[in-house]
Amino acid sequence: MDQEQQPDTHARLAPGAPSIDSSRIAEVSLGTARADLERREQVFHVGDLSVAYGGKLALDGVSLDIYGNTVTAFIGPSGCGKSTFIRCFNRMNDLIVGAGVEGVVQYHGKDLYAKDVDPVEVRRRIGMVFQKPNPFPKSIYDNVAFGPRVLGQKKGLADVVESCLRRAALWDEVKDRLEDGALGLSGGQQQRLCIARALATSPDVLLMDEPASALDPIATAAIEDLMHDLKREYTIIVVTHNMQQAARVADMTAFFSVNIHEDGKGRHGILVEYDATTKIFTQPADKRTEDYVTGRFG
Amino acid sequence: MSRKARGRLFVGAMVLCLAVSFGTLGWLLVTTFVDGIPGLTSKLFTAPPSTQPDEAGARPAILATVYIAALLLLMAVPIGVATAIYLEEYAHKERWYNRLLELNIQNLAAVPAIVYGILGLAFVVRGPFGIGRVLLAGAIILTLVVLPTVIISSREAIRAVPESISQGGLALGATKWQVIWRQILPAAIPGIATGSILALSRAVGETAPLLLIGALQYVAFDPTVLGPFTALPVQIYTWIKLPDPEFQALAAAAIIVLLAIVLTMNAVAIFLRNRFRQNW
Repeated sequence: MDQEQQPDTHARLAPGAPSIDSSRIAEVSLGTARADLERREQVFHVGDLSVAYGGKLALDGVSLDIYGNTVTAFIGPSGCGKSTFIRCFNRMNDLIVGAGVEGVVQYHGKDLYAKDVDPVEVRRRIGMVFQKPNPFPKSIYDNVAFGPRVLGQKKGLADVVESCLRRAALWDEVKDRLEDGALGLSGGQQQRLCIARALATSPDVLLMDEPASALDPIATAAIEDLMHDLKREYTIIVVTHNMQQAARVADMTAFFSVNIHEDGKGRHGILVEYDATTKIFTQPADKRTEDYVTGRFG
Repeated sequence: MSRKARGRLFVGAMVLCLAVSFGTLGWLLVTTFVDGIPGLTSKLFTAPPSTQPDEAGARPAILATVYIAALLLLMAVPIGVATAIYLEEYAHKERWYNRLLELNIQNLAAVPAIVYGILGLAFVVRGPFGIGRVLLAGAIILTLVVLPTVIISSREAIRAVPESISQGGLALGATKWQVIWRQILPAAIPGIATGSILALSRAVGETAPLLLIGALQYVAFDPTVLGPFTALPVQIYTWIKLPDPEFQALAAAAIIVLLAIVLTMNAVAIFLRNRFRQNW
């Protein structure tokens, strides 16, 4: 499988890099790739995270670390809790009545769910792009300027709009019609506009919840190229049900699966395996991962 | 009977029902216009009522109706929209008191206007507020009449704004209030405006609660907000009771004016709905 697994020249070597699980690397031939990734700054640390909706368990006991300037993909069958999980990183689950999050999510070492943390501030630093493009029914310009405006910025908006549209590879297509309505753009353009809009609040993480599932193959390729470019400046977490996409864009991949309860009624998601993408797709450690990536299941 | 014949019979029955409703309406309109056109003179708009039919006009009543409509807009729309925002965006739908509130609002929309008149007479005209038989009292009572409708239609307009839009705003670090103020309300305004105007146009034609609180039947001076008043429907009612056919003609003319006001409001509502309709 053709993959971008080369060490990224932009990788930041964090001074206090997390300890590396050397035994694991020794046993894995592809361990060097993972070791390189793990030397990067640890942006998120998730410890024993469980999410329940109205008392019903949706996701149980997930622990993993997310590294800076890396694309991390969450894959797995429907109902495995991957979308639920990604929403824990910017506290979007808070908005659902009856949702309960237990466990630890640390962002640069700070507990995201601590009492003194304002979810509004979290969401500014950790941007999100949704499955279905959701541009606001405003002009292209106003869409990108929305984030800075709600944060109180009034000056220099034109520069912000231009630089974000450039970074989202949309500037050349829309520079002559910034005042046109965003709903007139094609689906792929709308999704890139949503990415530009998310970049405008200067986040350092981008969460993407199946960002290309509503797009055609060409628009999908554009989004994937963009993810490659963006990881130089941002940490990207992407949920996808498309395994090829995970293989193409992600450095690290987490495979989630569904645990059906013994009574046969309830079900919840679990993290099965988390490793370098190459390893997940070529030498998975878990039988369930192997079945899934080889297409025997899911 | 063959299946085709049964189908034709059914269509025929539907056309008959349509004819009954439209025929009645058309006949009413025709007779009103035939009776009223001669009375539609400039005097109707400039002169106060009089015991002499050829000197009588409806200026105080028309002005009062316009004032009432304006006051309704100022009172019913902000209160109704604020209530709708609370119920849609803040209220926990699982809580019993919020569900009770919802049920009550729906029931209140079906309460006859005269019941609000009784309430108004007891609480606004007399009782705790005791502001007397003034135009403001009439406007307050009509506000109560239309409030449930304004709340229900505003809620529907707010609910029609897709969740993905507010989620997008929140994900950008906007506060809940910013999302409501900058995204949900602007997107819901066409629906809110349409519903509110239709509710208002209904209220403008209400007679019973105004009669009950004692709108005067002869007002020879221009109304003020805190003064005694009449209103167009009350004026029509007054004239229609009189035996003199010339007053009947005046009543018909006043009906045409009231119809024109109501239809204009409805036309504005339809225009707003079509002009600002949002396709998500």
